[in-house]
Amino acid sequence: MGTLLEIKGLTSHYGRIQALKGIDVTVGEGELVALVGANGAGKTSLLRCISGVQPISGGTISFDGKDITGLAGEKRVPLGISQSPEGRQVFGPMSVEDNLRLGAYIRKGPTIAEDMQRMYEMFPILYKKRELPAGTLSGGQQQMLAIARALMARPRVLLLDEPSMGLAPLLVEEIFQTIVTLKQAGTTIFLVEQNAYAALAIADRGYVLETGSVVLSDSGQALLSNEKVKEAYLGL
Amino acid sequence: MFAAFLQYLFSGLTSGAIYALAGLGFAIIYNASHVINFAQGEFIMIGGMASATLVAAGVPMPLAITLAMIISMAVGVALEKFAIEPARNADVVTIIIITIGASIFMRGAAQIIWDKEFHSLPAFSGEIPIAVLGATLMPQSLWVFGVAAVVIVALWWFFNRTMFGKAMLATSHNRLAAQLVGVGVKKVLLASFALSALLGAVGGIVVTPITFTNYEAGIMLGLKGFSAAVLGGLGNGGGAIVGGLIVGIAEALASGYLSSAYKDAIAFVIILFVLFFMPNGLFGKRGTDRV
Ligand SMILES: Nc1ncnc2c1ncn2[C@@H]1O[C@H](COP(=O)(O)OP(=O)(O)OP(=O)(O)O)[C@@H](O)[C@H]1O
Ligand SMILES: [Mg+2]
Repeated sequence: MGTLLEIKGLTSHYGRIQALKGIDVTVGEGELVALVGANGAGKTSLLRCISGVQPISGGTISFDGKDITGLAGEKRVPLGISQSPEGRQVFGPMSVEDNLRLGAYIRKGPTIAEDMQRMYEMFPILYKKRELPAGTLSGGQQQMLAIARALMARPRVLLLDEPSMGLAPLLVEEIFQTIVTLKQAGTTIFLVEQNAYAALAIADRGYVLETGSVVLSDSGQALLSNEKVKEAYLGL
Repeated sequence: MFAAFLQYLFSGLTSGAIYALAGLGFAIIYNASHVINFAQGEFIMIGGMASATLVAAGVPMPLAITLAMIISMAVGVALEKFAIEPARNADVVTIIIITIGASIFMRGAAQIIWDKEFHSLPAFSGEIPIAVLGATLMPQSLWVFGVAAVVIVALWWFFNRTMFGKAMLATSHNRLAAQLVGVGVKKVLLASFALSALLGAVGGIVVTPITFTNYEAGIMLGLKGFSAAVLGGLGNGGGAIVGGLIVGIAEALASGYLSSAYKDAIAFVIILFVLFFMPNGLFGKRGTDRV
């Protein structure tokens, strides 16, 4: 399987604060790769750099063999990079249906309606609430909407930023089940999580991020049984 | 008694419709960028001045009107490209000050390109007043109401039925998420200036046969549009329309029943009242991240 997303020596700053200190990450076609790390490690910053909505101060990002380091964010979506951001970020006053339709903003044609139908099958609750403002949904429903909206772009790689954040345990399980289903259907996924156990358990490979640097990388299973990971992230 | 009231009401609704269009212009740019564009009134002035002078120069009215709309939109686009866009990393207050500077510049340019005189445009369908229950209505007022209504419906359609309109709305609700679905937020900003300039120009053109216009006409019209937008709740389109009509009617009644000296003061009173007592306006629900 080929490499789809390749990040080399990536650095990013907020003013004088360096959030990313030379990150190397690759995501292969069809892989589910997890990136775990504590609060403030730089996970969101990394995803934002990949989506082109945060300035990069050094390093390169290539997608499908093409250098996209300097490409504007909105031009990366048509290439196949789509993100469900931290905190869901739904368009609150707009209807669930409009939110989904906007997910396919870069697309045209009848396949959009078909995909919308597929999203409603995957998340029946969204169909029930399709005419309501997205802001009236519960946290879990908004998370489903954010994932579905990202999928509406027909991404080649789906970036998920803490999809389990702030959800009740039962819902967390449901969201992770959805991610597994997506992976089984062949979607390439880069999953960012503080919930290291759940993320590594379903991931092919994982990276551990600490204060802007990757400190460990291995298969998901190996990381789960790694002593350092156990101690720092799994509370074992 | 009633006839006089009706007369004031007609006049208030006529100017109110123009303030509503100006208020919508403020709302559209505010939503795209959180900037209050104090050059909004100048778009109204440019629409009026350009159409009036083109017609006076012998250009057929429909062509003159079309050109005036295009000129105003071009000015709006240029304002965004050359004054707002280069400062996009500056804070909102700085950009608002830039728009104030731009409005002064536009007035100066208008004075040089045209002159200091008042200009008028022939009424679109004659000047024979229509009698309504003892009051009279100028046919041009009907044009103002009709055009404003058509513009409002067209805007509603644009923002609710077209993908780009929805993308503009989405950007106002959540800029980051809009970028993440592939909306070019630069394009949205540019479109918001073009659209606001067009709205201003349309208002300026239809009202010029009634009120006349000169290079300074944008100052007051802009301020009244701003008070309409503030009264309705900044960024709320429907609010701007209601706000515009209230400002128009209030000033017509004040100048009718009190003294015409109070006409222009009403808009200021409304702005101050809103800022002190209901910072979110009648329909606004945003927080108070004001300047
Ligand atoms: N807008 C900002 N301005 C300044 N510093 C920021 C900003 N956003 C993030 N940072 C800093 O950058 C570092 C990385 O933040 P980031 O949000 O990427 O971490 P994270 O791993 O996603 O954390 P969390 O698990 O809390 O979401 C942190 O030290 C944070 O304080
Ligand atoms: Mg984060």
